[in-house]
Amino acid sequence: MSDPAREDATALKARRGRNIAIALGLVVFVILVYVVTVIKMGANVLERAI
Amino acid sequence: MAMSEALSPPKAVARWQDYLQLLKPRVMSLVVFTALTGLVCAGQPIHPVLGAVAILCIAVGAGASASLNMWYDADIDAKMRRTRGRPVPSGKVQGAEALTLGVVLSLFSVMLMGMALNWFAAGLLAFTIVFYAVVYTMWLKRWTAQNIVIGGLAGALPPVIGWAAVTGTAPANAWLLCAIIFMWTPPHFWALSLYTSEDYAKAGVPMMPVVKGAASTRKQILIYSLLLIPVCIAPAFTGLGGLAYLAVSGLGGLVFLLLAWRLFLSQAGDAADPRNDDGLYDVRAGARDARNLFAFSILYLSLLFATLLVEHLMGLQPLELF
Repeated sequence: MSDPAREDATALKARRGRNIAIALGLVVFVILVYVVTVIKMGANVLERAI
Repeated sequence: MAMSEALSPPKAVARWQDYLQLLKPRVMSLVVFTALTGLVCAGQPIHPVLGAVAILCIAVGAGASASLNMWYDADIDAKMRRTRGRPVPSGKVQGAEALTLGVVLSLFSVMLMGMALNWFAAGLLAFTIVFYAVVYTMWLKRWTAQNIVIGGLAGALPPVIGWAAVTGTAPANAWLLCAIIFMWTPPHFWALSLYTSEDYAKAGVPMMPVVKGAASTRKQILIYSLLLIPVCIAPAFTGLGGLAYLAVSGLGGLVFLLLAWRLFLSQAGDAADPRNDDGLYDVRAGARDARNLFAFSILYLSLLFATLLVEHLMGLQPLELF
């Protein structure tokens, strides 16, 4: 029979890896939206009436 | 698919790599390559970050449709040697998780494409995802031997999306890139299915060799190859490709036709192929002609798009033959 303690450790490690991957994905997405917004707004900001 | 099977508890602990596997990274890399070619060939300046976002959206969209495909096809995948190790049939990931991942990534990729680039490209991306996940996966694949002919449109659209992301339009030359991949798909997949037809028969998938037999498949591969080569050479006459492209498409086309002819004359697919491993290239002697065409078809398509990419990046002038 497999050791339950060892299985728990493996499951915890896998869950931690998944959580980090999701966190990184969300951070990258937020940064992307921010950068895209700055790029898309940039030209219009320069063209605004003073 | 059997919902009970797809929704059953996972037999193993899922790692993040298993979810990445749902996105078919190898297919994604091909999609990135062809989409990048479309984007560069559009010939208009684009902010490098926006260009990268466009390619990312197309890649994620392709991954999303792959995840939806793996959710729906888990029952088929479990029966085939080539696919039984995939995350859902192997029990590492639940079917419902694959479905959720596919839907979420589809929405993210289409919305970001629309906001960052334009809504025409986003619409094309959405159409591609739906076409692959619904029209091909849920309908054509299990219904007709023409599944990969019609379904091939999904794999052929990325260069058009890349082009549309830059210009907001899809001119004839963009559709010519699409036509090349569309016409390339049948000989490519049927060559593979000639030595994996046992798997498809076991899973009940009506691939051409299963439904019409190996001889008919070899004949159709030859016919499609004859139609494919002029389409591949055409960009040299439409202001898209240059001299290098003409040489690569012409010489490569001759080799393609030669291999298709040799396959036509062979007995590939006539007998069962009792392979001992899951490799795509390790086949017994009778199927070597099918394997050779399958392998060369990948090289040929890669060379065509790489040549176009290099010509446009280096600013080489396209041929002006008319």
